[in-house]
Amino acid sequence: MSAKASPAPQPAHPQDELLRTDRIPHIWCSGCGIGIAFGSLMAAINKCDTPRDDITVVSGIGCTGRLAGYIHLDSFHTTHGRAIPFATGLHLTRPQNKVIVASGDGDLLAIGGNHFIHAARRNVDLTVICVNNFNYGMTGGQLAPSTPFGAKTTTTPKGSPDEPFNFCALAAACGATYVARWTALHIRRLTTAISEAMDKRGFSFVEVIAPCPTAFGRRNKIRRPLDLLKLYYDRSVVKNHLAPGEATIDFDHKLVTGKFVDIERPTYLDQYDMVNRGELEAWPATGVDASASGQRKAG
Amino acid sequence: MAGKAVLTGTHFINGDEACCEGALAAGCRFFAGYPITPATEVAERMSRRLPQVGGVFVQMEDEIASMAAILGGSWGGAKSMTSTSGPGYSLMLENIGLGLCTETPCVVCNVQRAGPSTGLPTLVGQGDMMQARWGSHGVYEVIAVAPASPQEMFDFTIKAFNLSEEFRLPVTILADEVVGHMNERVVIPPANEIAVIDRLKPTVPKESYLPYQPGPHGVAPMANVGDGYYMHVTGLTHDERGYPGMDAATQEQMTARLRDKILGNLDRILDFETVMLDDAEVAVVAYGISARSARGAVLAAREQGIKVGLVKLNVVWPFPEQFIRELSAKVKAMIMPEINLGQMVLELERVAAGRCAVELVAHPGGGIITPDRIIAAAQAALEEKP
Repeated sequence: MSAKASPAPQPAHPQDELLRTDRIPHIWCSGCGIGIAFGSLMAAINKCDTPRDDITVVSGIGCTGRLAGYIHLDSFHTTHGRAIPFATGLHLTRPQNKVIVASGDGDLLAIGGNHFIHAARRNVDLTVICVNNFNYGMTGGQLAPSTPFGAKTTTTPKGSPDEPFNFCALAAACGATYVARWTALHIRRLTTAISEAMDKRGFSFVEVIAPCPTAFGRRNKIRRPLDLLKLYYDRSVVKNHLAPGEATIDFDHKLVTGKFVDIERPTYLDQYDMVNRGELEAWPATGVDASASGQRKAG
Repeated sequence: MAGKAVLTGTHFINGDEACCEGALAAGCRFFAGYPITPATEVAERMSRRLPQVGGVFVQMEDEIASMAAILGGSWGGAKSMTSTSGPGYSLMLENIGLGLCTETPCVVCNVQRAGPSTGLPTLVGQGDMMQARWGSHGVYEVIAVAPASPQEMFDFTIKAFNLSEEFRLPVTILADEVVGHMNERVVIPPANEIAVIDRLKPTVPKESYLPYQPGPHGVAPMANVGDGYYMHVTGLTHDERGYPGMDAATQEQMTARLRDKILGNLDRILDFETVMLDDAEVAVVAYGISARSARGAVLAAREQGIKVGLVKLNVVWPFPEQFIRELSAKVKAMIMPEINLGQMVLELERVAAGRCAVELVAHPGGGIITPDRIIAAAQAALEEKP
């Protein structure tokens, strides 16, 4: 064998700086949508003015949970379902940081569902990105809180009897200040949504509809990655500002995408600081007429 | 709103309140918790005190979230703490494991009540001793302290923070309902007389920082979020870079580090007191509230001419094996009073390895062990034919 010439230096990709290149190749399957969501996140971080030292990524467990291990920032791969409370503690002790939670639908909304609704209720200043691939991919394709009624998974071999969650409606109902849903083919809109979510004060939520051909597509006879992605894209309609409750994911009719919520609301720390400055005198602010109820006298 | 973190002076407060003051004196500035009897008073006082010293208190949706939040808070750079009792401690063990694996300093105060399950919420127990040692899955070492009075709730909470910062792990305070709810004199010294240890920070250039490379005493220096080290922290088995390594070699290297930083520093971690042990024929080995019963028993028995001494374990995990082994060769019997049906006594038996008799004085929970039971056990042990 002749000695090989040393390979020409590869031009650096603009996003390489944000990648732990020493951890590549990644574990994601070919055709997986997580890489697209990851790319959009990196593009949004590249556009963001916040210094890199002040951006932190927290994930839970699962395929998307591995994202934290590939990003070259302070990054935390926590326990299953607990990324949001971990991120809450981090945010409360270091409020100057932008804390981004990136995880899957099972992690954030099944095992982590209680944390999700309470963080949204408190309006903790977090950006939560949920990659929804309609199943548990890491463990080989089981029923998730997002699995459509009737879809097959390894634990619903005859089709899922469950009604799935509408994550965007849930986030909005719990008080999220920003809620958007895009598919992995809406790349520019998705990147914009992540940017807007990062800039938003309060609990912001971006759902990414992503293909999982290996585990989900295969069991539902949509084996080719592009076919699955096209199914999501073709059935999707863009309806910005639609009431989140009407923003359904219905593969027989419409998969609604868009930006559904973009509001202002005081964050948890805004209110924490306000009450601890003593700016609230009493609750209820309008007072109570104690005489009306008749005061009990000592007999 | 400015207030003092160290309330120097003499106070008449309960153990839960003393725990708070110890935490604040040790530098705790973040608390995430969830109400539970008999630990609620810790959270209540923290909710009032932390904003006074520029800290943050948050009541989370459950104990799982509380434990996760204090890990995040610790990486954010704040000394962090939660408090709970048995049912909450069971829920926290998942993320205590994450804290052990990721070497995250923080403190968990478990004010033990009688169990299993909901058990006796308002009454004392010491049934979580083995849970604190083995309750989270996998392979690891832990540190746990056991206060026996409100004063020790103050002192040992500082100790717990110092140990957690020095050895980078969640440290459990294994208190109990009686110690937590008992009101006693608590003396808080001047701030400059309180030794406070802070985590060691990396000094190497960012390019060459290995987040899990053992430093002094086998403990890796810890960067906080925002220091610019861009560390990756994972509950997966990881190498010194912090990167996952899915193989037996990485697992062996990581678990050895978790073990060695504790077992290699026993001289800095172990803490026990002895009373009238030099000529003792029977040694009472006790911890927490049961150590107070034991102290009373030893003093009373000595008046009756019974040669009995006390070993009071201030640090219960790691267990002081070498000392107990040597003691077991000198005494006829060792007695362990504990408010469970036999947990730490198993350690005593294991380490004594038949060199002396080992007797359990048990209470299933709901009350304390009275000194007369310990005296009776000592008498019985001395009457046993060898």
